[in-house]
This record gives sequence, C-alpha cells and structure tokens, in this order.
Amino acid sequence: MIKEQFEITGRYKQWAYALIGVGVLALVLGFVFLNVAGDANSFGVTKYWAVLMHNSIYFLLVAVAAMFFISATTMAMGGWQTSMRRVPEAISGYVYVGGAIALVILLGYVFGSQNTAIYHWKDAEHVAHDKVLTWKKGFLNPTFFSIATILVIGIWMALSYWYRKVSLAEDAGAPGDRSYFWKTIIICAAFIVVYGLTVGSTTPWLWLMSIDAHWFSTMYSWYTFASSWVAGLSLIMLFIVYLKNQGYLEYVNEEHIHDVGKFIFAFSIFWTYLWFSQYMLIWYSNQPEETVYFQPRLHGAYQGIFYLNLIINFVAPILILMKRSSKRNYATVTFMSVVLIFGHWLDFYQMIMPGSLKGDVNDGNSIGLFIFDMGVAAGFIGLIMLIVGNKLTKASLLPKNHPFVKESIVHHT
Amino acid sequence: MGQVKKYVVGCFDDEKVLFPAVKKVRAAGYKIQDVYTPMPVHGLDHALGMRETSLHTAGFIYGITGTTTALVCMSWIFTSDWPLNIGGKPHLPLPAFIPITFELTVLFAAVGMVLTFCYLCQLAPFVKKHHFHERATDDLMVMVIECTAKTNEEEVKAMLNSNGAVEVNVQEAPVGWWLGRYDRPSKLFKTREVAY
Repeated sequence: MIKEQFEITGRYKQWAYALIGVGVLALVLGFVFLNVAGDANSFGVTKYWAVLMHNSIYFLLVAVAAMFFISATTMAMGGWQTSMRRVPEAISGYVYVGGAIALVILLGYVFGSQNTAIYHWKDAEHVAHDKVLTWKKGFLNPTFFSIATILVIGIWMALSYWYRKVSLAEDAGAPGDRSYFWKTIIICAAFIVVYGLTVGSTTPWLWLMSIDAHWFSTMYSWYTFASSWVAGLSLIMLFIVYLKNQGYLEYVNEEHIHDVGKFIFAFSIFWTYLWFSQYMLIWYSNQPEETVYFQPRLHGAYQGIFYLNLIINFVAPILILMKRSSKRNYATVTFMSVVLIFGHWLDFYQMIMPGSLKGDVNDGNSIGLFIFDMGVAAGFIGLIMLIVGNKLTKASLLPKNHPFVKESIVHHT
Repeated sequence: MGQVKKYVVGCFDDEKVLFPAVKKVRAAGYKIQDVYTPMPVHGLDHALGMRETSLHTAGFIYGITGTTTALVCMSWIFTSDWPLNIGGKPHLPLPAFIPITFELTVLFAAVGMVLTFCYLCQLAPFVKKHHFHERATDDLMVMVIECTAKTNEEEVKAMLNSNGAVEVNVQEAPVGWWLGRYDRPSKLFKTREVAY
C-alpha cells in the first residue's frame, strides 16, 4: 500500500510559522524604522509599499504559474505529470490568499496611500500637465486599475477553485468516468486564454510596467511571465522533492524529475532570450526615452543586482542543468530550484525598486534594506508553505481515477 | 571488403517477443552485435546494455568552440584589426555580439554533431554496409548475433526459434563498410505486370 495521504509534520509547521513570524517582524520593524507614519512621499514610505507590492505580486504570479502548469499539460494531453499533479494543484491553492493579499495591497496603495512615487499616474494633478501620462489616461487611472485588478484576481481564483472542485470530484467518482476529465479540459482551455490575456499581456503592464509609466516595452509581459513561470516550476520541483523525501509520491521518480528539470532549464533560456531581446533593442536604438529604464539598473545603485540577476538566472541553470544526469539528481535540482526562486525574486526586485525609488542610492546599496526585503519574502514563503501543506493534506496525492495515471506511472523519458 | 564474420540472424515481428529474447540471449552469454529495427524501440538500447552515447559531450565542446571563435574573432576585428565608428557605439559592444555568438555556437554544435554522428554510425555518401534483412526497414526487428569459433550455430538458432523468432538464418558478412556497390541488385517488391 502506498502512502497517498500527506500529513503535515510538526517540523514543517514550525518552519512555516517561524518564517511567517520573521515576515511579520520585518513588517513591524520596517514600519518603525522606515517611518511609514511620516511624510507620504518620503523614501521610507515608498520603500515600504514597494516591498509589499514586490513580494505579493511575485508570489501570486508564482502560484498562478502552477495553475498554468496544470492547464498547459492538460491541454497538451501530457500524461506524464498525472502522478504529481496534486502538487501544482496545491500550489495554485495559494491564489486565494495571495490574491487577496495582493488585491488589498494594490488597492490599498492606489486608494489608501498619499504616496505617488510608485504609481505616479494616480496623481491627477501631475497627470494634467504630463503629456505622456495624459495620453495614457484612459488606461492608467485608479478606476480602470482597480476594476482590472479585481477582475483578474477574481477570475484566477474562480478558475482554480472550479478546477480543484472537479479534480476532487474525480477522485470520489466512478473509476473510468471520463466526464471529469473533459470538464477539466474546458476549465484549462479557459484558463489558458485568461492567462494569456492577463499574465501574458495586460496585468504586468498595469501592476509593474506602470511604475515606469513613461516608458514601455512590448516584451515586458512575456518577460514577466517567463520569470514567474520558471519560479513556479522550481516551486513545484521543491515540493515534489520534499514529498519524495518524506516517502510520498511513490510513483514519481527520476523520469518525472527529469522532465520538470527540462522545463526549468528550457524556460531559463527562454527568460534570457526575452530579457536580451528587450535589452538589445533598447541598447541598439539608444533613444533617451527608452534607455531611461536601464540607466539606474545598469549604471546606478542596482548595477550589482543587474549582473547577479543574469548570472543566477541564466549562467547557473545553463551550466548546471545542461547535463542529463544533473536533471535527474535530486540534490542538483533542489539546489537549482532554490537558486532560481531567489533569482527571479531578485528579477522582480529590479523591475520594481529602481522605478519606485527613482534610483535612490540608499536603496540598491543598503544591506539593511535588503534584509528587510528578505524578511518580508520569508513571511510570504512561510505563508505558501502553510497553505500548500494544508492543501496537500486535503486530497490523495495520487489522482487515482485520472485517465492518464497509468501513462504517468510507466513514464520514461 | 575486409574481414568476414559469421552471424546468426533472428527476425521478430513483435516488441513484446523481442525484449525477453534479447534478455535470454544476453543471459546465455552470446554477443548481440545489434538489433535493427524499423522504428525507434523505447528501452531497447537499455536492454541491449549499450553505453550512453557521448555525442552530447562532443556537442558541448563544439558549442563552446563556436562561442570562443565568434567572440575572439569579432573582438579582434572590431578593436584592433579594423576599428569602425558605428553610430558612436563602443568598439567592443558585447550586446551586439551576442546574436552572432549564439548563431556560431549553434552552427558549430549542429554541424559538428551531425558529422560526429555520421562518423560513429559509419555513414557517408557511397559507403555501403551489409544488410542482414531487407525488411528491417519495413516491419521486422532483426537481431544479429556475432559468432566466434566456439559458437554452436545450431544451438543459437534453436534458442532464437524457441523464443519466438519468425525467421532464423546464418549469414556470413563483412564486418565493416566498403565503398562501391552491393553485389546483387535486390528485388524488394514484385514488379507489377501491366498490360498495355
């Protein structure tokens, strides 16, 4: 008899609560030391909001990427992942809490804060005598922003809720009943369209690109997608390895690890391709309104992070994950997953911070502030651990009535 | 044509029969020269105990050769051999070099790997090798067992027959490849007689 029912260990819970505790502590200390109660447009207030946005958006998009993993493999009739699909399912369970947090933070910033440094398009007075922002007013305004944000997060939540419901009903249903499978195909098809229209295009424009509201790049959304997608795959990998270590997921072996590893490797290269395409066109045409985006990143206080970003998200995976044997080795894939989750967190960091803080030298060079960032991130990681762990206990780890279970068990790369 | 060896050839028409047969022949200590199949059979290389190919290591080496060639060549040309002022850009513009570096990496890796593959499989224009069974490219899986001086052919044939081979015979064939033609023209299909 295989162990199908995950039980959270005490140690796992302790770690989750400890990390959440670190996050809360970081928020409180940040609130005090950055003087958030003070002047609305001060460095501290901007930094505080930017850190909240950075972490909430990043971890939300990572959870949505897990839902995308399910949708893409379902639509492609990829049977190999069936024996581990409860893991991405559980990760996409973070969409409810993470979505609610991101919603509160984004709307809280747009409506609740006097600060205009991050989204300076929300300052109507400023927009009135800013030619570029007046031109973009129909798109970048608080009403449009909040409606789009609520809609987007709402649809993500609804589709992942619906998917999970059908997936659990399949477990309870009669063996060989294909109707559940066809239902998941409909949900996944809908989600792919939604994902393409949100993460693939509009959502990063609103949430992230509008920080540098004068600047725009048509590569930006794809680049954000690639970043969150690699991080999402890495998170799936981490949970698989954890569950394997605990003696669960008996039908998952090196073959499945190898395939997830291939995904991580391939999409790390894809991320670099998009990163470079965006960078090189701007570098080549060398126009001031475009190069303004790379000025603080490449030459300002964020120079170190700029190059580190490339090293850990491109050089490390291409060199470490290239070999077949390293994609089949639990230690290497775990190491690379941790590195890549941090790497893409750093990528989001350099998307958000330089624009928000206007390249303030206090930010990129301050270790103390970076520790604050990491502390808040730790809180979110703890939250993900807790929620995903809880979701994993809610269902059998093997979707035993799924039509592709056998294909997944005999899978051979 | 070089050295000629004796082979016992067994043909199978089902993978499910082939795999246990491969296992038994190997367990009996006979040397399987190769199994010729009309399509890739998953796990057969593993069952035959073949070594993992090192073609990808070769590919990696060709790739980095391409990378260094491109970078060294371009940086030498644009900095010391023939420096040009292109729109005020620096003489060593790394971003502009990357697409060409990438292309050269891929080119070197691809061409090098194809040639290495041909070399390893002894494939080249006009190179001929012995065919053990013409239907090996159609619908038969052809297992070829190499005989030594001590091999009892009858025993091997009996073993193949009892393990489900649909056709068994003994052939003498040249070991390597040769340039030129096949000895006899082979008639694969019956020519249709058309009445005019």
